[in-house]
Amino acid sequence: MTQVAQPRPANKRAQISAPTFRTDNWRLSPILTVLGLAGFVGYATFRSFQQDHYWVELYHYLTPFYSPCLSATCEPGSAVFGTLPWAFPWFMPFAAATLPFLLLFRLTCYYYRKAYYRAIWQAPTACAVREPHRSYSGETRFPLLGQNLHRYFFWIAGAIAVLNTYDALVALFHGHNGGFGIGLGNLILLANVVLLWCYTLSCHSCRHAFGGRLRSFSRHPVRYWMWTQISRLNTRHMQFAWITLGSLVLTDLYVALLSSGVITDLRFFN
Amino acid sequence: MSKASFRIWRGDAGEGRLVDYTVEVNEGEVVLDVLHRLQATQAPDLAVRWNCKAGKCGSCSVEINGRPRLACMTRMNLFGPDDVITVTPIRTFPVIRDLVTDVSYNYTKARQIPSFTPDPRVKPGEMRMRQVDVERSQEFRKCIECFLCNTVCHVIRDHEENTEHFSGPRYLMRVAELEMHPEDTADRRMIAQDDFGLGYCNITKCCTEVCPEHIKITDNALIPLKERVASRRYDPVVWLGSKIGRRPAKDTPKVPNT
Ligand code: SF4
Ligand code: SF4
Ligand code: FES
Ligand code: FES
Repeated sequence: MTQVAQPRPANKRAQISAPTFRTDNWRLSPILTVLGLAGFVGYATFRSFQQDHYWVELYHYLTPFYSPCLSATCEPGSAVFGTLPWAFPWFMPFAAATLPFLLLFRLTCYYYRKAYYRAIWQAPTACAVREPHRSYSGETRFPLLGQNLHRYFFWIAGAIAVLNTYDALVALFHGHNGGFGIGLGNLILLANVVLLWCYTLSCHSCRHAFGGRLRSFSRHPVRYWMWTQISRLNTRHMQFAWITLGSLVLTDLYVALLSSGVITDLRFFN
Repeated sequence: MSKASFRIWRGDAGEGRLVDYTVEVNEGEVVLDVLHRLQATQAPDLAVRWNCKAGKCGSCSVEINGRPRLACMTRMNLFGPDDVITVTPIRTFPVIRDLVTDVSYNYTKARQIPSFTPDPRVKPGEMRMRQVDVERSQEFRKCIECFLCNTVCHVIRDHEENTEHFSGPRYLMRVAELEMHPEDTADRRMIAQDDFGLGYCNITKCCTEVCPEHIKITDNALIPLKERVASRRYDPVVWLGSKIGRRPAKDTPKVPNT
């Protein structure tokens, strides 16, 4: 006679009420993340809406937060593409054409998503720490499905990085007595642009677009090479994400201090 | 020789409690050694699964001081002399007894993935792969199936109701591996989202943090898979292309549930 297998009593997970047994300081990282993000958002919001101290006429320094300057009230010379015919009201940043896309680029960035899902949304606050939410649907529904548009913001951010590069290069040809000149401000603008490129090119969507999406690397040696280079940057994407927040603030602050006359530029040559 | 304080979860069918032990520890030992000494001296009925004691079989997954780890690769000198070391079973899977869990969920999920599907016109022995293409999936092949990644993933760890719709990082990584295979012809991008639950992953990287093989699960498998899925179903330009008939979609269904 065949033995009828007795259904095993359904096993259950270990019922443990403690949310975690971690003994290390797992709260530190989310707290630092919140402070870092809040600091940047606070500074960037204030500066974007200030509508002042963004341009140093003498050396053609333009802060990235005002590029391209589009309001009719932009200081002469600061608007690369010319301005729109009207003066922007107080609630419109002079760089209204680019700032929203830069914000979306960073908001949908795979690294920043990790950072704010963990530190702000607490899903999860730290690994193996029980999260406070009753249910969870992740990125399966609107509005978080929109994260899938990151690739488009990447291309727009790339175009904006070209513009920032142009701003930084143009400033090199506005020395004290005209012509070529280098000051501390130039170095800061250039360093910032290089870091912005590192951040933008280390993007996961970029890595996908330039080679990651291929099934075969051996049949596409050039794209394989590009993928390899991008991958090297990509492992440091998180570092670039934080470093560029810092470099943007520093660059902007330097321009703001020069423009308001608090400091003068340290010139190395002309 | 010194003494260490342990708190070990003992119980079965979900019910249990933490029991305190003081055990002898010798230089160079790992947590699994101490568990074995406990079995030999004070708790002969303590259930713990292990096999290789070399970090290669993936049997000894437990949670040590709240972190999913291999007991055989966690050295005792990680802890201070006064630390109490808490050892619990991995929380996401049902407990059979003490530290031993039933990980069959993982095998069910593994079987649902449409396997490698080469072009039928390629005859056996004709297939050639270059090293650069092999390397990509070799990273994922280092997996020892310890399921620490699936255990730590909050999607199922904190929301048991999601287990049905989510295959966990381990098996999403398998889907990614097949999707990157130069000789594979199946398209698993739709089912990656619909059946294997890629959309639940919010790329918070806990799987990568715990993987004992240091596989970059999130960066090299999950995000590339998200990008592939985005191309298949969330990219308006690609969608338009498929509407005017440029890229006919052929999706492979998941293997009927076994
Ligand atoms: S990165 Fe995704 S799969 Fe990995 S633990 Fe986090 S949510 Fe889970
Ligand atoms: S991917 Fe890493 S953590 Fe996950 S099962 Fe494999 S070896 Fe374990
Ligand atoms: S910018 Fe961070 S992933 Fe694209
Ligand atoms: S016993 Fe094999 S991995 Fe630990």
